[in-house]
Amino acid sequence: MPQITYIVDGASTTVDADGSSVMHTALRHDIAGIVAECGGNAMCATCHVYVENGPLAALPAISVAEEEMLECTLSPRAENSRLSCQLPVAPTIDGLVVRVAAEQA
Amino acid sequence: MSATSPIAAAAHVVVVGAGQAGFQTALSLRDRAHAGPVTVVGDEPGLPYNRPPLSKSYLTDRSGPASVLLREQMFYATRGIEVRAGVAVTRLDRDRRQVVLAGDERIGFDHLVLATGSRARPITVPGAGLDGVVSLRTLVDATRLRTWIGGPVRDVVVIGGGFIGLELAAAAATAGHHVTVVEAGERPMARAVAPELADHIAAEHCRRGVRLEVSTAVRSIVGRGGHAVGVELEVGEVIRADLVVVGVGAAANSELAGDADLALCPVTGGVLVDERLLTADPAISAIGDCATYPSRFADHPVRLESVQNAVDHARHVAERLVAGSSEPYDKVPWFWTTQFDLKIQTVGIGRPDDERRVVGDPASGAFSVLRFAADRLVAVESVNRPADHMAARRILAGDRRPGPADAQSPGFTLKSFLSVAA
Repeated sequence: MPQITYIVDGASTTVDADGSSVMHTALRHDIAGIVAECGGNAMCATCHVYVENGPLAALPAISVAEEEMLECTLSPRAENSRLSCQLPVAPTIDGLVVRVAAEQA
Repeated sequence: MSATSPIAAAAHVVVVGAGQAGFQTALSLRDRAHAGPVTVVGDEPGLPYNRPPLSKSYLTDRSGPASVLLREQMFYATRGIEVRAGVAVTRLDRDRRQVVLAGDERIGFDHLVLATGSRARPITVPGAGLDGVVSLRTLVDATRLRTWIGGPVRDVVVIGGGFIGLELAAAAATAGHHVTVVEAGERPMARAVAPELADHIAAEHCRRGVRLEVSTAVRSIVGRGGHAVGVELEVGEVIRADLVVVGVGAAANSELAGDADLALCPVTGGVLVDERLLTADPAISAIGDCATYPSRFADHPVRLESVQNAVDHARHVAERLVAGSSEPYDKVPWFWTTQFDLKIQTVGIGRPDDERRVVGDPASGAFSVLRFAADRLVAVESVNRPADHMAARRILAGDRRPGPADAQSPGFTLKSFLSVAA
């Protein structure tokens, strides 16, 4: 099973990616800071993460809708910003490291 | 407003209602390191679940009911949250600070959070009790409904053109059914969004084969052998129906509070709370769909039905209980729905007589309606314009607001207004 590392307030937690997405996996493992108010529809921007390391090429491109949702987020948008609900779990994302945005929405 | 004292570290917080608001209250209490017992009592079977998918993806995908759970069993054990599922609270004993369950079991509380939610409003026309007339509120409702939607092609009539009705119509039409939406008002979603947006949504439904019957009430539901076979309109026509879905709004579950002599709002039917989301009893808060509260975004108390409202209320109450804060609740209300390829997002609270400006080109399928009261932006309703929505959330949280003239100046976008304001 692929593994994902979440960094929250500087502390790393590595878990088995047993959810359908990076967001869903975070909820299953009670990772703090991922709120996921819309349940994974790219409608709320409360699952904002920064992709820090890992198989970046394995991640899907940012859609127009995700791009727009990432504008004006509370934690500033950076080049590596993603909505974690838009990152599906697949064997190819093994080793992904994401930092959870300090402020959501 | 007097400051609220924090609850004792060992205080027992009881939450009535295991929906999004009740779940979030328990989670936020633990996130804020409340050490005392937390009990969530819900009358539905099973663990708390995510309600929005029930009228959307859940109706057509093949995932099991577990896919909509907010968290799995392990989470509640780890976090020390007791969930009493499938248990109805019959009354509140305020003098003894106890909730009374069926069978007269009692649970004592130091603080009680009413998160009892709302229920689908029934219709009262003849035939409303026939088989094949359903409403959609719970996971059980949705699980039953999706076996119909996943089955052979049928005639589906949706009574009520609100969010739930239209989401369901979109799901059923996408699955190939013949769908008619009957709406008593002039246009669907008229209470929820501006006419420009409502018309756009209506047009998309028509383009996708949904038949819309507006400005007509339902006279009766016609049955044969105890099962619904048609919907009779006030104009006399009978629309064939194998399945009738009633989506005519929701009513607050406020009886427990009312029976315990807590004040209810005569307009919304919700439990009346102050700006801290506290009832007149300092040991009882009310949040989410069931609560009516003073909002800085409206000139009258409001009762809102949304995940955002439920979650932000819950966080606010947890913060008040643990930290003793007496800050007023002030979060910007926002809401979303998807129908076909339309991503609709609203922020703020509109009023019927708002001045409106459209930004973007409706013909392109992506635009926003900006609503102004007294020359100040008060609400933004967007379709396929997430950037407008996100900027509007930030703008409405602050005091500097654009007026209608700003919206017409060349090159105006909400995002650019925000960057100048910052």
